[in-house]
Amino acid sequence: MRAARGPVLAAAFLFAAGAAPAAEVPLPERRSGYDFMGPQTRGMQDDDMANPGMLSVLDGAAAWERKTGAAGKACADCHRDARQSMKGVAARYPRFDEATGRPIDLEGRIARCRTERQQAPPLARESRELVALAVYVAHQSRGLPVEDMVEKDARLRPFLEAGRSQFERRQGQLDLSCAQCHNDNWGKSLAGNPVPQGHPTGYPIYRLEWQSVGSLQRRLRNCLIGMRAESYEFGAPEYVDLTLYLMWRARGMKIETPGVRP
Amino acid sequence: MAQTKKPFEGRGWTRRGVLGAGLAAIPAGAALTLIVRPAEATPETMKDAIKKVVGDAEIRKGRVKLDLPPLSENGNSVACAVTVESPMSAADHVKAIHLFNEKNPQPNVISVHLGPRAGKARIDTRIRLSDTQTVTAIAQMSDGSFWSASANVIVTLGACLEDNPT
Amino acid sequence: MTAQALIHVPKKAKRGEVIEIRTMISHVMETGFRRSQSGEPIPRNIIANFACTYNGVEIFRAELFPAMTANPFLIFRTVAVESGTLAFKWTGDNGFAAEQSVKIEVG
Ligand code: HEC
Ligand code: HEC
Repeated sequence: MRAARGPVLAAAFLFAAGAAPAAEVPLPERRSGYDFMGPQTRGMQDDDMANPGMLSVLDGAAAWERKTGAAGKACADCHRDARQSMKGVAARYPRFDEATGRPIDLEGRIARCRTERQQAPPLARESRELVALAVYVAHQSRGLPVEDMVEKDARLRPFLEAGRSQFERRQGQLDLSCAQCHNDNWGKSLAGNPVPQGHPTGYPIYRLEWQSVGSLQRRLRNCLIGMRAESYEFGAPEYVDLTLYLMWRARGMKIETPGVRP
Repeated sequence: MAQTKKPFEGRGWTRRGVLGAGLAAIPAGAALTLIVRPAEATPETMKDAIKKVVGDAEIRKGRVKLDLPPLSENGNSVACAVTVESPMSAADHVKAIHLFNEKNPQPNVISVHLGPRAGKARIDTRIRLSDTQTVTAIAQMSDGSFWSASANVIVTLGACLEDNPT
Repeated sequence: MTAQALIHVPKKAKRGEVIEIRTMISHVMETGFRRSQSGEPIPRNIIANFACTYNGVEIFRAELFPAMTANPFLIFRTVAVESGTLAFKWTGDNGFAAEQSVKIEVG
């Protein structure tokens, strides 16, 4: 049975191959990955006492208050109460970053405050503390609509287009594009699992498969691996461009952090 | 038949599956958690584990209600509730509830000890199931009797999995 | 970092009422049945025991096995008998120990 899984999965992936170029999901038809989940998993996300992602929110809240680094400062020393200062912030990322002349994502922004403002050793991507801080910050935007950052800042436009072309480009051993699954075949079943539209609104999420919280980049990496395509170092510009495109594609949809996904 | 998978194992199957299909390997830098193949618990080992708890006493069907979803999206987390019919009085109450599985590497899941102060003999929890299988709940009453219920869960395989990134 | 726990107990209850106690604690619950890339077995690291006391008297106890999910989640019940403290204690492999308590007002 196990030996058969690879080929079975590969064959299942091929359902979309050969389809015509994908059209974007019309705005009113967009649905969060939440809508494609079973009642058990939805129930976990709905109830803060049952959502394991909330443990990470608590973790992040503790890290927010903790003084660290040569500056001897906590996030809270500069940003005060996250419930006010961080409200809506996650809905505006990735943003254009003057220092590097390209977009920066929320995790990247937090990691920068860590090194530059707290003067502490860098936090690795996907480390428990960075993910917890990102969950905590993003949670302050739960229920708020994702903003159209590209409309507000034209400097983001070329990076949006780079993200879009990644999304639409066929890649990997299975010669598939993200769009073939997430624009053309959402709602269909892939090896018994519904294919969602691929929106980034719940991130960082608690994924049952991971048995932990993880970032959008980790999730994107899972899809790239599924496509047998090249994946990137966490934090790579390719992921940030893709994130920018996904957030733009989800403009107006509500932030759910911490989402729960199978 | 639904695809099944085993949360007790790592993600090594992705790579092996790809190689098995004659496709190129996943790019370097992908750390894998490989699989240990411990002997699976079997209906036999489950029987032994149950015997350790009940001894030679008879196990009767009934009084226990085991709620499990017939189909689970991910075996890493399956919601599970056990309710036992009992007045939960000093004279007549549930002393313990034990949960067992057939196919994980180990047959025990959880054992809880309670008494009349519980008021109601019910627990809700989340368990790991390595595969489609039968789960059994056994209640131990204050009069020494044992009651049980079983349920079957189909565990589906996630689509885009990963090797462990760290 | 320390383990985070989420506990829900009603703040107020009527004497004799059966109340629901909900607990969830952060823990990997490493099964001991997996190997790392280099082939090393990953040692078991689980919470093995949980207990709840009500004003110092044990009212509920559990033994946990690797088949419990990561971040163990457990709901159980008790009869509200008097105002006071519900204390929770988790212990496990590698000297893991976590404690938390909540107050309840019974009238
Ligand atoms: C063969 C189909 C397929 C392709 C190609 C694919 N995905 Fe996915 N994607 C899925 C499935 C299925 C899920 C749901 C997760 C699961 O059940 O494993 C998912 C989940 C996601 C999610 C998470 C959505 C949520 O609600 O949390 C995002 C974001 C995503 N994909 C983005 C991408 C991007 C970007 C690409 C291209 C690099 C891509 N996907 C390529 C099938 C695909
Ligand atoms: C010494 C003061 C200081 C500390 C400590 C600090 N920050 Fe910042 N942070 C700033 C300043 C100033 C800005 C905005 C100016 C800029 O872009 O550099 C900022 C910006 C941010 C932003 C972007 C806000 C937006 O609206 O775009 C986030 C998110 C953030 N910080 C998170 C954190 C977190 C999390 C920590 C703790 C790990 C932290 N910061 C620690 C000073 C600090």
